[in-house]
Amino acid sequence: MTAETQSLAQPETAPPHPLVEFWRYFAQNKGALAGLGVILALIALAALADAISPHSPIVTHDDAFLRPPFWEEGGSFLYPLGTDAIGRDVLSRLIHGTRFSLFIGVVVVALSLTAGTLLGLVAGFFRGFTEIAIMRLMDTLLTLPSLLLALVVVAILGPGLVNAVFAVAVVTLPHYVRITRAVVITERAKEYVIASQVAGAGTLRLMLSTVLPNCLAPLIVQASLGFSTAILDAAALGFLGLGVQPPLSEWGTMLADSRDLMLRAWWAVTFPGIAILMTVMAFNLLGDGLRDALDPKLKR
Amino acid sequence: MFRFVLTRVSLVIPTFIGVTLLAFLLVHLIPGDPIETLAGERGIDPVRHAQLRAEYGFDKPLIVQYGVYVWHVVNGDLGISVITHQRVTEEFAALFPATVELSICAVLFAVLLGLPAGIIAAVRRNTIFDHGIMATSLTGYSMPIFWWGLLLILLFSNVLELTPVSGRIDAAYFIEPSTGFLLIDSWFSEDEGAFASAVAHLILPTIVLGTVPLAIIARMTRSAMLEVLGEDYIRTARAKGLAPIWVVSVHALRNALIPVVTVIGLQVGALFAGAILTETVFAWPGVGKWLVEAINRRDYPVLQGGVLMLGSVVMAVNLLVDILYGVINPRIRRTS
Repeated sequence: MTAETQSLAQPETAPPHPLVEFWRYFAQNKGALAGLGVILALIALAALADAISPHSPIVTHDDAFLRPPFWEEGGSFLYPLGTDAIGRDVLSRLIHGTRFSLFIGVVVVALSLTAGTLLGLVAGFFRGFTEIAIMRLMDTLLTLPSLLLALVVVAILGPGLVNAVFAVAVVTLPHYVRITRAVVITERAKEYVIASQVAGAGTLRLMLSTVLPNCLAPLIVQASLGFSTAILDAAALGFLGLGVQPPLSEWGTMLADSRDLMLRAWWAVTFPGIAILMTVMAFNLLGDGLRDALDPKLKR
Repeated sequence: MFRFVLTRVSLVIPTFIGVTLLAFLLVHLIPGDPIETLAGERGIDPVRHAQLRAEYGFDKPLIVQYGVYVWHVVNGDLGISVITHQRVTEEFAALFPATVELSICAVLFAVLLGLPAGIIAAVRRNTIFDHGIMATSLTGYSMPIFWWGLLLILLFSNVLELTPVSGRIDAAYFIEPSTGFLLIDSWFSEDEGAFASAVAHLILPTIVLGTVPLAIIARMTRSAMLEVLGEDYIRTARAKGLAPIWVVSVHALRNALIPVVTVIGLQVGALFAGAILTETVFAWPGVGKWLVEAINRRDYPVLQGGVLMLGSVVMAVNLLVDILYGVINPRIRRTS
């Protein structure tokens, strides 16, 4: 019977699959496509880092301190982007640095997205004390300047890659909680939720399989922008000496390493910064593109 | 109106309690014994240890300790720096004007450039101006500002030798702080050239700290203007034959400014986060650099007090923006 109703209701031309429709909108945005391209290239660099980087990122070359890039006098193709103060190849360090930035982005977004969505769902479903407790806690986290909060977390846990990731995840958490809660509250009042509630769906089922899918669009947008925040904040922690520790070649840490030699070796400072900027821009472009493609209000 | 203010203020109280809890727990969450942490790396003998433990009240239950901490906070006592042995509140008060001065300059820079840029982008939609401004804005809000600062120092201070590298004023000048704002203090000082030196020292940090807000303001202004320019009353104004510049600058801008002003007001937290990095890059003697140094020196009372005070400042400014918003826009007052 259901099949019959469906075939009767089916219009002459079937509507495109949601993913196809999404891609059509997304592909119109050239900036978003460019961002996606850069991100794919970065993923490839990170995956193939060992194979394509000319040198090891942490091995020092005693005969080549502070070599300039190849186009400057004294530079050579042996070290295309020059070497740092203790003779490490800058290009190889940059290539390996993509691994840190992408790893940080992925883990931070996974942590804060998961925890934030769950907290938001709980706050939206269990109004009253639970909601107030969660939301006031998030307000407190939002009140402190983000970097200061991250610094506090690192001061408690100590510097390092894992702790920096955790710190940035805490800082970005409130945004996901707020978005999820706001959507949950509007969705809960709608008929389809009440219908499945009347049909006997339990709270957990309502939360995860009825309401959650409808929160996804804004969360996806926030998550893609969350990558850029995560990479920027982690690099800032590295720059302050409280993130990834040397000799690992995280870009912010590389900047901190070479800062004192800025006047003698501009390349050791310039290239890591460009890498951060390009990566963050790519994720911001992607996020903007996703927002335009997923926001139904803008489609009409 | 009174009820509106009262609701807003009461909403801030739980957040303030949250910040005091966070600042309080900060010292207790750090692994290891708090007395040893406070004593620093020199270590401490057991007798003195027990004595201090009782003195600081660490032998009491946590909830009692928190009560004592809040009592101290309410009385304006935020403890003493482990390194300098000065009161945290005094250190903060001495350094905060430097951060405020820098922040105000950065916001002015961002608004003065960002508003016109956003308006031009909206009015000249889809032209080369629009694309150029939006591309610059994207670069701006993706910018790692600590690197941007280094780059500007490299170019303007080292290659062109136009601006000083660090600090607030040339070491040759000694300005007795009366307001704490060096631009004002040096203007009224006897020293020739002190004011010029203060201005020269401010330029690069202002640009660096203002870059991200500038990008955000330009973007917000553009989208707010685009929305307003499509409204009926703008068409009416145009149909009446008003000059286009009048329509844009008076009829459209006034309404477009509402969301923009809110965004500017709510940027204080982000601004202080940026100030931490900017001050570190330029050795600017403000609270941001102070806090980073406190972490490196394990000066936990300073970190604890700094977190509480910066948090309170952000809360106060946000509250003020909220209330002002209600004053300007009566609709907000009624709906809340």
